[in-house]
Amino acid sequence: MTTAVSILPEQQLAVLNAAYRRAVGRKRLRLLLELVIFAAALLLAAIGAEVNLRTLFTHFGNFFSYFDRILTLDTGQRVWTDVGEWLWGWRKWLKMLGETLLISYVGTLIGATLAFCLNFFAAENTSPAPWLRFTVRRLLEFARTVPGIVFALIFVIAFGLGPMAGVLAIAIHSTGALGKLFSEIVENADMKPVEGIRSTGASWLSCMRFAVVPQVTAGYASYALLRFEINVREASVMGFVGAGGIGQELVVAIRKFYYSDVSAILLTIIITVFIIDITTGWLRGRLFGGEART
Amino acid sequence: MTGPHEVDARQLRARYPDIFDRPASARLAMPAMIFAAFAILIYGLVDLDFSPSRFVAGLSQLGWISLMMIPPDPGSSLPIYLKALGETLSIALLGTTLAAVFALPVSLLAARNVVPSSLLRFPVRRVLDSIRGVDTLIWALVWINVVGLGPFAGVLAIAVSDFGAFGKLFSEAIESADQKQVEGIRASGGSPLHEIRFGLLPQVLPVIAGQVLYFIESNTRSATIIGIVGAGGIGLQLAEQIRVLEWQKVSFLILMILIAVAAIDFVSGKLRFAIIGRRAVA
Repeated sequence: MTTAVSILPEQQLAVLNAAYRRAVGRKRLRLLLELVIFAAALLLAAIGAEVNLRTLFTHFGNFFSYFDRILTLDTGQRVWTDVGEWLWGWRKWLKMLGETLLISYVGTLIGATLAFCLNFFAAENTSPAPWLRFTVRRLLEFARTVPGIVFALIFVIAFGLGPMAGVLAIAIHSTGALGKLFSEIVENADMKPVEGIRSTGASWLSCMRFAVVPQVTAGYASYALLRFEINVREASVMGFVGAGGIGQELVVAIRKFYYSDVSAILLTIIITVFIIDITTGWLRGRLFGGEART
Repeated sequence: MTGPHEVDARQLRARYPDIFDRPASARLAMPAMIFAAFAILIYGLVDLDFSPSRFVAGLSQLGWISLMMIPPDPGSSLPIYLKALGETLSIALLGTTLAAVFALPVSLLAARNVVPSSLLRFPVRRVLDSIRGVDTLIWALVWINVVGLGPFAGVLAIAVSDFGAFGKLFSEAIESADQKQVEGIRASGGSPLHEIRFGLLPQVLPVIAGQVLYFIESNTRSATIIGIVGAGGIGLQLAEQIRVLEWQKVSFLILMILIAVAAIDFVSGKLRFAIIGRRAVA
């Protein structure tokens, strides 16, 4: 198929082609250089993490056979052929799941309350004094960066084994995470109502109460619900360090090779997380859908 | 003085009935919700064995622990800790990269504009959801059973749990990509693979790169804790020192983690700005 394409004179074309190749060549060289640096970093990381491909390949079958084993009952049958036998401990597990949900609920509520009290000091537009803002921000950053389970490890020693340590760990971590998000909402709030209220001679507290809080509650509740979702996941592993919840059962089942129990507990956790995700998603849409749209 | 105001109020009342005369259900909803929330809170506190005396005793214990943490001091184990920190960073980098490499093709399968058939898309999405529903720590325990104790199990744990998250995020990025460029490629006679390579990927790669960098950042945090179950890195040292009550070492390790996370935050923030521009990040 031939079409009439006007072709530039040879000389002009060569100049343009050379310029194009130079431009592309430089870009390609840069990309290549970046890839080499990245590959070098990966290699370094692989050495650091003791990656052993031979171990992986010889044991990779274990990964699938592990799932095969956890889906097999002691009798050698598949788990779903005898659901009663598979979920034999459902009473106990449901109770532990209830405890997990309670841990995340109480933890989220305490965390959200603390974050609510602190975030006005951390937000740039409402903080009464710069030094206070600096301190509160560093505090929140600390609470956010130290992983919840590290707090749990320490609290288990201070408060003793049990769900109390888990609740406090989740509460502190949530305070850090929510405090930051809350203060960002406050920073985006309209400051005109605050000026209006301040012009009537109101105190700082009244300004917050009547000018800022009405603007931000919807956003707060939405973030708190989202945090609750995350905390359910987090609470499911708090038991690993003895801080209550279903994690305790799971870690015992995994360590003692009670294979079918592992899959049963995992299933209950996954289903619970699904249900919580869907419910909070629905609740958020229901409560704040209208306001979010306007 | 009161006359015109009363008239005003009456007029306003007539004009905005939904503000002045809200139905009882709307007025009671908020207090009822708050009451329910507090009722569950009280029940939870009782059910979870919260008692003021235990709380106070724990707090004083915590105060002692904090006092004993000062000053942070690694003793003679600084080289070990630095190596463990390197291990943690390696786990985060390698795990995230692995997850991204495997998630990219799968996310194409989960995107509506690439795979129109919901019959194929639905199971892929549910599998990704299930993977995300299981915490990284649980994956670490599973992988320890497969490849043994050590950081390698941590890499695989992070890779698997991020695979679920990336699959979802990438497929959302692909779904929000502009279809016109894909149509352009199709119009010029490109195959479906060409459409993906030249129509979709140039649009989504910057977004994906930003997300991967963000995950490397957040995985530095995850990688610090998977050591607690024995999957290598600084978490292993931390858990051990907490168990033997070496509080000065514990505080030093926590400080190390905080500094490392802050450093990674800084670097990856710069890189993200360089890749996708300041506007897109903010």
